[in-house]
Amino acid sequence: MSTRLANQGRLINTDKAVSFTFNGRHLRGFEGDTLASALLANDQMLVGRSFKYHRPRGVVASGAEEPNGLVNLGKGATFEPNQRVTTTEVFEGLTATSQNHWPSLEFDVGAINTHLSRFLPAGFYYKMFMYPRSFWKHVYEPIIRKSAGLGKAPKDRDQDTYEHFHAHVDVLIVGGGIAGLAAALAAGERGARVLLIEQTAHWGGRAVVDTPEIDGMPAQEWVNTTVQALESMKNVDLRLRCMGAGVYDHGYALAYERLTDHQPDADGPRHRLWRVRATQIVTATGAIERPLSFAANDLPGVLLASAVRDYVVNFGVSVGDRTVVVTNNDDAYRTAIALKKAGLDVPAIVDARSEVEGDLIDQARALGIRIELGKGIAKVKGGKRVTGVALCSQAGQGAVLEEIECDCVAMSGGWSPVVHLWSHCGGKLNWDADQAMFRPDPERAPTGADGEGFVITAGTANGHLFTAEAVSDGWAAGRAAAKAAGHNKRGGQAPMGLDAAEGPISPVWLMPQGASHALRSKAWLDFQNDVKVSDVQLAAQEGFESVEHAKRYTTLGMATDQGKLSNINGLAILSQSLSADIPNVGTTTFRPPYTPISMASIAGVARDALFQPIRKTPVSDWANANGADNEPVGQWRRPYAYLRPGEDVHQAVNREVKNARDNLGLLDASTLGKLIVKGPDAGRFLDMMYTNMMSTLPVGKCRYGLMCTENGFLMDDGVVARMSEDTWLCHTTTGGAERIHGHMEDWLQCEWWDWNVYVANVTEQYAQIAVVGPNARKVLRKLGGMDVSAEALPFMQWADGKIGEFDARVFRISFSGELSYEIAVPAGQGAAFWDALLEAGAEFGVMPYGTEALHIMRAEKGFIMIGDETDGTVIPQDLNLQWALSKKKEDYLGKRAHSRSHMADPNRWKLVGLLTEDGSVLPDGAYAIADGKNENGQGNTQGRVTSTYYSPTLEKGIAMGLVHNGPDRMGEVIEFNKVDGGTLRAKIVDPVFYDKEGEKQNV
Amino acid sequence: MSEAISALNGKMAAGEVTVREAGLRGMLILRGDLSDKKLRRVCTELTGAKFPEQGQANCDGDKGLCWMSPDELLVLVPYAEAAQAVATVETALSGTHFLAENVSDARAVIFVEGAFCREVIAKLAPVDLHPDTFQPGDFRRTRLGQVAAAFWMQDDDTFAVICFRSVAEYTFDLLVASAKAGRVGAFSTPD
Amino acid sequence: MLTLRCPYCGVDADETDLHGEGQAHLKREGPGSSDEDFEDYLFMRENPKGVHFERWRHAYGCGKYFHAARCTNTLQVFGTYSAQTLEPPQDIKDKISDARPGWSWGTFK
Repeated sequence: MSTRLANQGRLINTDKAVSFTFNGRHLRGFEGDTLASALLANDQMLVGRSFKYHRPRGVVASGAEEPNGLVNLGKGATFEPNQRVTTTEVFEGLTATSQNHWPSLEFDVGAINTHLSRFLPAGFYYKMFMYPRSFWKHVYEPIIRKSAGLGKAPKDRDQDTYEHFHAHVDVLIVGGGIAGLAAALAAGERGARVLLIEQTAHWGGRAVVDTPEIDGMPAQEWVNTTVQALESMKNVDLRLRCMGAGVYDHGYALAYERLTDHQPDADGPRHRLWRVRATQIVTATGAIERPLSFAANDLPGVLLASAVRDYVVNFGVSVGDRTVVVTNNDDAYRTAIALKKAGLDVPAIVDARSEVEGDLIDQARALGIRIELGKGIAKVKGGKRVTGVALCSQAGQGAVLEEIECDCVAMSGGWSPVVHLWSHCGGKLNWDADQAMFRPDPERAPTGADGEGFVITAGTANGHLFTAEAVSDGWAAGRAAAKAAGHNKRGGQAPMGLDAAEGPISPVWLMPQGASHALRSKAWLDFQNDVKVSDVQLAAQEGFESVEHAKRYTTLGMATDQGKLSNINGLAILSQSLSADIPNVGTTTFRPPYTPISMASIAGVARDALFQPIRKTPVSDWANANGADNEPVGQWRRPYAYLRPGEDVHQAVNREVKNARDNLGLLDASTLGKLIVKGPDAGRFLDMMYTNMMSTLPVGKCRYGLMCTENGFLMDDGVVARMSEDTWLCHTTTGGAERIHGHMEDWLQCEWWDWNVYVANVTEQYAQIAVVGPNARKVLRKLGGMDVSAEALPFMQWADGKIGEFDARVFRISFSGELSYEIAVPAGQGAAFWDALLEAGAEFGVMPYGTEALHIMRAEKGFIMIGDETDGTVIPQDLNLQWALSKKKEDYLGKRAHSRSHMADPNRWKLVGLLTEDGSVLPDGAYAIADGKNENGQGNTQGRVTSTYYSPTLEKGIAMGLVHNGPDRMGEVIEFNKVDGGTLRAKIVDPVFYDKEGEKQNV
Repeated sequence: MSEAISALNGKMAAGEVTVREAGLRGMLILRGDLSDKKLRRVCTELTGAKFPEQGQANCDGDKGLCWMSPDELLVLVPYAEAAQAVATVETALSGTHFLAENVSDARAVIFVEGAFCREVIAKLAPVDLHPDTFQPGDFRRTRLGQVAAAFWMQDDDTFAVICFRSVAEYTFDLLVASAKAGRVGAFSTPD
Repeated sequence: MLTLRCPYCGVDADETDLHGEGQAHLKREGPGSSDEDFEDYLFMRENPKGVHFERWRHAYGCGKYFHAARCTNTLQVFGTYSAQTLEPPQDIKDKISDARPGWSWGTFK
């Protein structure tokens, strides 16, 4: 059984017990425990089920590489699935439940899959679910969806807060082991601004477990001394529980700091996402031990040798009473030695190598541990946990030589440097055959803006598995990084490490070498996704020779651990199956993040009201307090209609339209773009920007203008007013303000930079209110101030002055067809001006109206709307706007494009009005049906609806649409598709439905 | 003239770092040739501030000059004087090519005051705000969260942030949330 | 995520402060141009793995458009420069020649 040992464990505080629950069971651990160590201390070996076969799963590792120990953590507003038990620190009141099983962890119905496993090989889903075709939608997909996914998605809102932080440093060092610490020391001493981050809660990495000597001190003492020295440096920032998640272009890196996961009652954000810009990055990310592939290596109780050692040394937890160590290298002997020294039984070290020599072997022998050379594991015995191992000759096919009783197997297949961060932005790898590992090629580092490498790798991450090499490599990396960042101050000395002498590793990718198919189909590579040696071999046999294809076919390395344990072993099996060298097969691509980071940390503060900016006009507060039913227009929220008590939206819209036509309406038009264009060449410039002539517009007058892109399509429209000899004010659509401002600057800065024109976006300087309806003039006269008579201020003119006590610029323009004034006042006076209009307008029947009433009134008048009648494929000619295309101008944006053959084609669809025969409203976007079918067998079309409304004025549906030869087909009836499948007949008519002569607006 | 109100009417959120809208502030956008002597003179006369170099702001109280781009300046004056300031500029520069507009109502100014104000801004802007790099006198146009903004330091413990009026509430709330979340400790140096 | 120095305000701007604006050094074709030239101007673009000239706008900063010469493969930036020029400055072309002898792009080499 797994249990806590007395008086051991360097990281736990046995004076402080913490209680927590696992699947409802109350358990106790100590402060300093991880959830994994605390579960093991309570003999909770079984922690979950595998993804495909629902096999029992126990903890296999002790760090971020753990593939099995994934649990649901927390409840309600703190619930989170797929949390790794090895990286979760226990705290008082922690609640965890296991996942991926039903009805219980101990008894799981899905485990039937393991008995069907020979019918569920790699690629099973691809082969099985192809036929019959209709089964996919109705049978396969619903079932697969139900069983897909790991853990449950949270249901409640997350109660915690999250934030980002932008840090700019000379040197970012990822990894707080001895190499990272040495790098920080070297870079810090040179005066560089350093950020050193470590994903765990402790400095020192593996060295403090394996206890080599550095600078004549035990590793722990050296780590303490070094951290103290770093903390006293003002230019060095040290962060624990902060993981290097990704390395990106030009020294950008993401670091994921977990601030309160281990103390959930603490104040402040739970996670902080560091958005780092580093001149140089040192990846001292360590190495990960590889499992060995032998039959039933997935049973709970089979762990990495280093993990077994970690649990004893760090947490005083023995995974088993009797542990068999199986290895192909010397390092695993440390585990046997550590266990023996802790008073535990090690019945044998099973070493695949036939000859061994070194300090660790001598030590093991001296402790009386039996060493079996040239041997392998034929299979592990047991059901839900290990009960023993069967030994065989490594060179053979698995004939059992002997069985040994044990309750734990500690395996080591050698070490793989953590090259993820090195590789994220393009760092390349070399295969080191002597050490059987991929390691970074310093000649092919990720390159930065200067074309030089910006990532330096150090320590075991660089393939230096021994302390002396690792610590001096770290120091050299720190020094080089500081230098590359411009810090050359001399000083300090590289730390000196001392190692035990070790013999060479012998690569072992399968145990035994000639394992039968029966053994290979029980030899796991990917513990979470249930990929076995036989699956990868099958993939190779079926032609999935590219490592990227084999990965996707078998799902090897596609689990939440992204193959940290499985990839190299799987790759080696694949290369053997293909009779190719490992480096020729290559690795799959390493992609960020290193381990999953919370979605909330990516969002940071951007949630709820801060999810995105909501733009407000000076009238927005009044609107929101007075029934506004808002619609998003870009980041603005514009009232669609102002609802009165008891009204629905349609009733409100109809009331608003009628009232504006009969009495007096107010529209908050503040969101419309307002651009000042000024300079001696402003007229000439606007003549290029607009299709019509703006340079000839007299001062004091307004003109409606169209803008096209260079490829001829309509991009914006609006009223232009001439302010003075050299100044124009251009109104844009609400969505167009920033875009058209940028568009103008683009042409001024990049094409006509010798023209003297300045543009300023003054959109938000003004609140702009449209005062609309037969009573518009009356209300303005009542407020007093400037002369707004037809004589003093005729249609399509503007004037500055006072309306009441307000500084006003009044435009006689109309988008409704009614008598209309658009009045701009400084935004700071906007709310008061709105109030004044409401108050003075009361006797004239004033009502505010929203965007839907605006749309209906303009459609009744046949005015086009950018975004309704236009969609990026429509040219002015399509909308019968030839009158706005200047024939006098030699050039304007879009002019050349209008003579392209397709643009000049007489067969383009053109704007018409549409009236249904029964008065109903045409569906928005509906297509007009034409005879015959196209080459894809679809019905032909001859037009489409661009705007469609119920007109309260005409008391029936009205629509505008683009129809083939439309203007020549007045009176013809065509059919439109309805959403529910039927059709609707509509007559082609003039698009101006109301006051065609414009008598109402020009009074 | 009707009494004007600023975007947030002087709203304040007190805390270890306090966020406070400045209320009505007068400001002009001035585009022109920044090397022109007449332009430089009228700007310094209007504000009493030294003409700023690239990336700098020289501000004192509600007057100041901020370098916006090679041909654009932000001129800060008391709110009530903004319209007159435009007229003064127009007179001084008449006959030259320039653009001057009163944009006092188009924007909001928000102060961020307190010991870790640097960190509050650094949570939101992709800018190096380390004391070695950013100091009073420096001016930066960038992004705060998802909106355009500019800022400078009034003194070691105060940032002045300027943003568009329509997003003043968003910007204010963003700054308050970042202030409330507390210190990062990235810029604090051990004693 | 790139960092590019805005040649107008001297700021090392984070990519999130910038807006990509497509290929640099397009020659405008207006009325009177041939269909072929106009099509090239509207639609035909370089798409190299290697040396490239791009337009960027310091959108959240000074608002100015500028040009960048960079390698799309290694992310090396050879330089940023004013958009108000018809071809890259000689010192930037020299820098590219040092790093990528024999390079060419459009009519530049």
